[in-house]
Amino acid sequence: MTRGVTTWSGEPYFLNNVALGVCVVIGILVFGAMFIAMFRFRKSRGAVAEKWSHNTTLEIVWTTIPVIILIALAYLATGGLRTFADTTGSEMTVKVTGYQWKWRYDYVEYKGKAIESVGFMSKLDRESDETRQLNSGLDPKNVKVDGYNTYLINVDKPLVVPVGTKIRFVITAGDVIHSWWVPALGWKMDAIPGIVNATWTNINEPGEYRGQCAELCGQDHGFMPIVVKAVPKADFEKWLAEQQAQAKQPEPAAASTAEKPATAQVDAPVSQGHQG
Amino acid sequence: MAHDATHDHHDDHHGAPKNFFVRWCMSTNHKDIGTLYLVFSLLMFFIGGSFAMVIRAELFKPGLQLVQPYFFNEMTTMHALVMIFGAVMPAFVGLGNWMIPLMIGAPDMALPRMNNLSFWILPFAFALLLSTLFLPGGGPAGGWTMYPPLSLQGDSVAYLVFAVHLMGISSIMGAINIIATILNMRAPGMDLLKMPVFVWSWLITAFLLIAVMPVLAGAVTMLLTDKYFGTSFFNAAGGGDPVLFQHIFWFFGHPEVYIMILPAFGLVSEIIPTFARKPIFGYKAMVFAIASIAFLSFIVWAHHMFAVGLPLGGEIFFMYATMLIAVPTGVKVFNWVSTMWGGSMTFETPMLFAIAFVILFTIGGFSGLMLALAPADFQYHDTYFVVAHFHYVLVTGAIFAIIAATYYWLPKWTGHMYSETWGKIHFWNSVIWVNVLFFPQHFLGLAGMPRRIPDYNVAFANFNMISSIGGFLFGASQLIFVGVVLHCVFFSKKKAPDRVWEGAKGLEWTVPSPAPYHTFELPPVIHDDELAHGHIED
Ligand SMILES: [Cu+2]
Repeated sequence: MTRGVTTWSGEPYFLNNVALGVCVVIGILVFGAMFIAMFRFRKSRGAVAEKWSHNTTLEIVWTTIPVIILIALAYLATGGLRTFADTTGSEMTVKVTGYQWKWRYDYVEYKGKAIESVGFMSKLDRESDETRQLNSGLDPKNVKVDGYNTYLINVDKPLVVPVGTKIRFVITAGDVIHSWWVPALGWKMDAIPGIVNATWTNINEPGEYRGQCAELCGQDHGFMPIVVKAVPKADFEKWLAEQQAQAKQPEPAAASTAEKPATAQVDAPVSQGHQG
Repeated sequence: MAHDATHDHHDDHHGAPKNFFVRWCMSTNHKDIGTLYLVFSLLMFFIGGSFAMVIRAELFKPGLQLVQPYFFNEMTTMHALVMIFGAVMPAFVGLGNWMIPLMIGAPDMALPRMNNLSFWILPFAFALLLSTLFLPGGGPAGGWTMYPPLSLQGDSVAYLVFAVHLMGISSIMGAINIIATILNMRAPGMDLLKMPVFVWSWLITAFLLIAVMPVLAGAVTMLLTDKYFGTSFFNAAGGGDPVLFQHIFWFFGHPEVYIMILPAFGLVSEIIPTFARKPIFGYKAMVFAIASIAFLSFIVWAHHMFAVGLPLGGEIFFMYATMLIAVPTGVKVFNWVSTMWGGSMTFETPMLFAIAFVILFTIGGFSGLMLALAPADFQYHDTYFVVAHFHYVLVTGAIFAIIAATYYWLPKWTGHMYSETWGKIHFWNSVIWVNVLFFPQHFLGLAGMPRRIPDYNVAFANFNMISSIGGFLFGASQLIFVGVVLHCVFFSKKKAPDRVWEGAKGLEWTVPSPAPYHTFELPPVIHDDELAHGHIED
């Protein structure tokens, strides 16, 4: 499991390692005893079966010890849950909406100021999309960005967020249930139509973090990735200002505006189109 | 026992009917119906297995080579439904049918006609379900969990719902029959606390079935009315709640998970003492552990839903309750090991599968404990880590136990010994390839591969290829199993003695091999030292 890059993402990582360690130790003891038994008490070695079938002391011991281990694990996990559930004190809010089969990001608020009309669709990049067609003849190995294979984990327009900022996500869906998951952030949260789930992150290191939809949502469930681009605060503020300026201008008719083709906006009214 | 042998003699004139249709389709005989269940289960095991082969073939390497994503989703959905409701559950009912009357000294099941009905519903249920693959619009593709709104987008909702209803009715009738048999038909002297652990495990499982199958029926009926009759149970636009379905489904679904493993605990608790030649360690603790797991299964359902946005209190409650299950489960594992300790062991095929069960099921238990930790589950949830977990519990758990039991009782059923050599070949192939198949899936999940996807980034390529190779070879290994069974039933010349295994205890070994068509028409006289657990101080 990845350590992740946020203030919280160490929790699942730490718990995973502790629990794995506990399991490995218990496993070695139990399986060790079993293999010793299988070796020592073979009929072919002349072993004669003993008659006992009960030992109260032993039974109490191996009921109690697991209970103690479990209490320790539960204590650790509860701490992680408490911090996870605390979405207060956020400095920014992003609304995430899952659609078949793309994500929509709306920037709601930044440092207490409401943001008007910055929102876009984010869907599988064209190169992955062409390659993933049945018998496309294209090799997934060749889908690369900067030498890094991004097959099925790249999008046309990533979610841009600032580092060192507690970001609150409100997550919902427009059609069926999806789940928004970027492993580097340490959690996934279901996107459910009619329900708004809130969660948070605080990313420490700039970078591009990739994830995928994690709840079966139909035929292209495997093809709705997530890319979060974490940038320094100053860069983010510049980017946000650009986006806002762009949104204020009257929609330039179908022309390719800037470096970012606005395909997402065109696709917007997509959600309910499934033979309801 | 002597009086049984003579008794069966004068019984011959009303043995099995000669007419094929009368014997098999109109049967009210627990042994024949048990056989029907087991044969049906084997058939479904291969149908469900062939779906798994399609899945593993598509996932062999990145890129889509074989099937469209929608068909892939049909395969994952059908694989689960067929394996759970068609292979594992009927196999346990079949084993229960065959063995419970023999183990408690009853002449047959308590409700023989209902027994016939509960089996013969199943072929129709699965014909309905599988037919959807050949209909326009295709089969169900929203996952076996049928979460709305996705599951309602399919055109096969009605087929799926009615198939599930039929399976549910069949299971409930089977469960009623088993409870009635165990509570009313025990031979005099077969006290509840002298019953074999397998009988105990089925008694508890049957109560679980009666408790939760109606819940599933209710949930799918609401899906049906949401789809066709304009209700909005799960439709947010109409004031419903999609998460409500998940609560109802998993209130069924988690006990269902134990329905598929408790009888396996029972089976292994029969087999290990036999080949260790030593009574089961802590009989009462074993029974109590099964009962406590069954109880806990009702209060842990939302651990399947840690990522739906439960309130903090809910997350904590379901996490603690889930972790508690580790205690009785641990007791069972420790007791199996203690049963082996100080024994005089031999390693025939049933014992090999039982030992593999204990080890590999425990690995599945370990990953289960990890999954119980909610913050970690935020990462594991809906990844291949979960896929690895439940396949360890279900394949190397439930199915290994079923295979072990088949080898264990096959000589009793057929009167012939199976080929020990080929049994062992089957075992070693199964146990090696199943680990090649599922162990790498832990790594895939931890590396971030979601489940139920037909295609993946090249970073996941190596482990997927290893897993697929394991899958193909594990699938092929099961053909050996069919070969061993067919050989034993039709060709084996080696006669089986009544007490097939030297260390075997229990009433089923006091009747001739093959078990005659009618047994225990007069209740047997119970000698405590004939029983696996009788005569034991505790
Ligand atoms: Cu999705």
